[in-house]
Amino acid sequence: MLAQVEVSLTPTWYLVLAAMIFAIGAVGLLIRRNPLVMFMCVELMLNAVTLTFVSFSRALDDVGGQVFVFFVLVVAAAEVVVGLALVVAIMRRRQGADADDLSLMRG
Amino acid sequence: MADVLWLIPALPLAGFVLLMAFGRRLGDPLAGVVGTLTVAGSFVVSLFALFDLNSLPTDERVVQQTLFTWIPAGGFSVDIGFLSDPLTITMCLFITGIAALIHLYSIGYMAGDENYSKFFVYLNLFVASMLLLVLGDNLLLTFLGWEGVGACSYLLISFWFTDEANASAGKKAFVTNRIGDFGFMVGTFLVWMTLGSINYLEINERVHGGIAAGTATAIVLLFFLAATGKSAQLPLFVWLPDAMAGPTPVSALIHAATMVTSGIFLLTRLNPLLEEAGWANDVIAWVGLATALVAALAAVAQNDIKKVLAYSTISQLGYMFLAVGSGAFVAGVFHMITHAFFKALLFLGSGAVIAAMAHEQDMRRYGNLRKYLPITTVTFVVGWLAISGVPPFAGFWSKDEVLAAAWDNGPAGPVMWAIGVVIALLTAFYMTRLVAMTFFGGKERWREPEELPTDPAEAAAAEHEAYEDAPDAHGHHLTPEHTPREPNWTMTVPLVVLGVFATVIGLINLPFGEKVDYLADWLDPTLAHAHEALSAGILAVLAAVAIVVAVVGIAVAWRVYAQHKGSPEKIELPAFEHALYIDDTYAAVVGGPGEAAFDGVATFDSEVVDGAVNGVGRLTQLTGRAVSVFQSGFVRAYALAVAGGAVVLLVFVVMRMSSS
Repeated sequence: MLAQVEVSLTPTWYLVLAAMIFAIGAVGLLIRRNPLVMFMCVELMLNAVTLTFVSFSRALDDVGGQVFVFFVLVVAAAEVVVGLALVVAIMRRRQGADADDLSLMRG
Repeated sequence: MADVLWLIPALPLAGFVLLMAFGRRLGDPLAGVVGTLTVAGSFVVSLFALFDLNSLPTDERVVQQTLFTWIPAGGFSVDIGFLSDPLTITMCLFITGIAALIHLYSIGYMAGDENYSKFFVYLNLFVASMLLLVLGDNLLLTFLGWEGVGACSYLLISFWFTDEANASAGKKAFVTNRIGDFGFMVGTFLVWMTLGSINYLEINERVHGGIAAGTATAIVLLFFLAATGKSAQLPLFVWLPDAMAGPTPVSALIHAATMVTSGIFLLTRLNPLLEEAGWANDVIAWVGLATALVAALAAVAQNDIKKVLAYSTISQLGYMFLAVGSGAFVAGVFHMITHAFFKALLFLGSGAVIAAMAHEQDMRRYGNLRKYLPITTVTFVVGWLAISGVPPFAGFWSKDEVLAAAWDNGPAGPVMWAIGVVIALLTAFYMTRLVAMTFFGGKERWREPEELPTDPAEAAAAEHEAYEDAPDAHGHHLTPEHTPREPNWTMTVPLVVLGVFATVIGLINLPFGEKVDYLADWLDPTLAHAHEALSAGILAVLAAVAIVVAVVGIAVAWRVYAQHKGSPEKIELPAFEHALYIDDTYAAVVGGPGEAAFDGVATFDSEVVDGAVNGVGRLTQLTGRAVSVFQSGFVRAYALAVAGGAVVLLVFVVMRMSSS
């Protein structure tokens, strides 16, 4: 008889998942050069943080964390608008430009 | 009547505004007429103010008229207000009277000048400022007038500014007076700090018992410093001889009759303060005496007719300070009034001579002018006798009173008196020299110009002028064929009027008992305490000595300069000509070590002060340049930095938590 392994989804699992997503996002941001991909990586990191908020909210039974998530979503939506517009503008000006080409503002 | 007091300065001020706006259009001579009429109007108002004040009982003769608050600032407030008391009205009367005459004279003297109307603009502004100075009921308003007359003085000294010497004479007056003005300001601050008011009535009320002797001494010395600037005393007298670069009516009005007496006025106004000031009074008396002596010696050896009169003015102002320092304010004011009349007369007379002699000012080219200028000669002789101290002319009475006051001034009194008598002798001598060289002596020396002793420095200057090819600002040169002519009536009428006054003005304060010293009676309410009169016997002896001295001075000079016996070179020492080299010493000190010191200060400024400022700027720049390396423009580098920073923080926090 197979030992029944009781697997309960404790908040730790969620936190580990969030950490992994965050790490994927961070590494992607650092190693990829395509502005669009980098942008998506930032979104990934953002969502990892959101997930952390929700997990703690549930674990600590505090609704405050979930309220925060709504704010993050609203800001993220606005940020996406600006960010995508920037990406489109960059691509129009310089076809196929990567992030390292965009260094005109150096000191 | 007291409520129209403001009209006295307002009329010339209105004239100033009017001439400023329409002067050019009015032109010559209408601009002059407007200027003269406004000042004459002011004189009439002053007369009314006099009668008004005279109708009041003696101890109520102080009328204050406050127009509005000028500077309200917390506990400190200054009014625009006028003070009418015997002293102010006396000042107003002779200022406006003489100013009106000199305006009239200027109509003729300045005729044909290209800046004719501008001259009257300045002159009217001067009269307005001078009246503000004497009428103001507080120190700050007086200071406003004080600076106003100063500004007009500089403008008028350098009136013919195309000649560089005139422009730098104005600058010199400006800079020298600045030193004195510093004393005025600090003195005012001290008065405010110790007495809590700068209103004259309040100051003079609170002074008694309300001020420490040391503070009073300091304040008086500061105001005396101001007076040495404006009234040309040692050590700041050097600007006045140079100020003769201005047109002659200016010399008569500003640098003889009115502005230069404002120092004496200021000290007289503050006489209760002087009562408390202890040894400051001795300083005033001795400085006045020393100035009078130095200037009288200098006057002996001048060849420029106006320079003689300038040094003579300095010398007479020294007499007035001697009187003030001896506590004899009445004598000081009396001499100020008589001096205003006879010195204005002498200056205007010299102006008439200068105009008649094609603007030549060197007395060595004059001679025997009485043949050509009868009116000028007669009036000038009156002025000469007045200043020399020959009775019954005005100067005798006032100088006598000053000398008597000096005699009475404590243990040092007789010494002061003796020096004063020597100065009187010199005065009689140099004035006789001037008159003899100009009007008498038989020789018409401009007809033989080769007789002029040639001074190498002057010859060089003349050559320089010829090289510059500047036709003399006034166009003409004195030629041997020149025939001097008497000027027109606008110039002779003031001469005659002033001549009459220079004869009789001494009557306002005769030393024959209580009944006839009108001026002393009149000024009594303004003064802290009346001067004790000497006994009639001593007075008579002192007066007799003064008369003998005057006659001796005149006789010696007459013998040398009119009858050409004896040699002038023995008297006209070079040291005298250079006023004991005081001015030259200043020039050497300021030009030598002074300039080096100023250069040092300038270097300190450009190197150290500017260096500090520039250093801060350069430091910021360098820091910015160094730090800007991090702004690489690579987004991923920024991201890495953020990630690295986050890791470091995390490690730090975790370690802190685990260790605790």
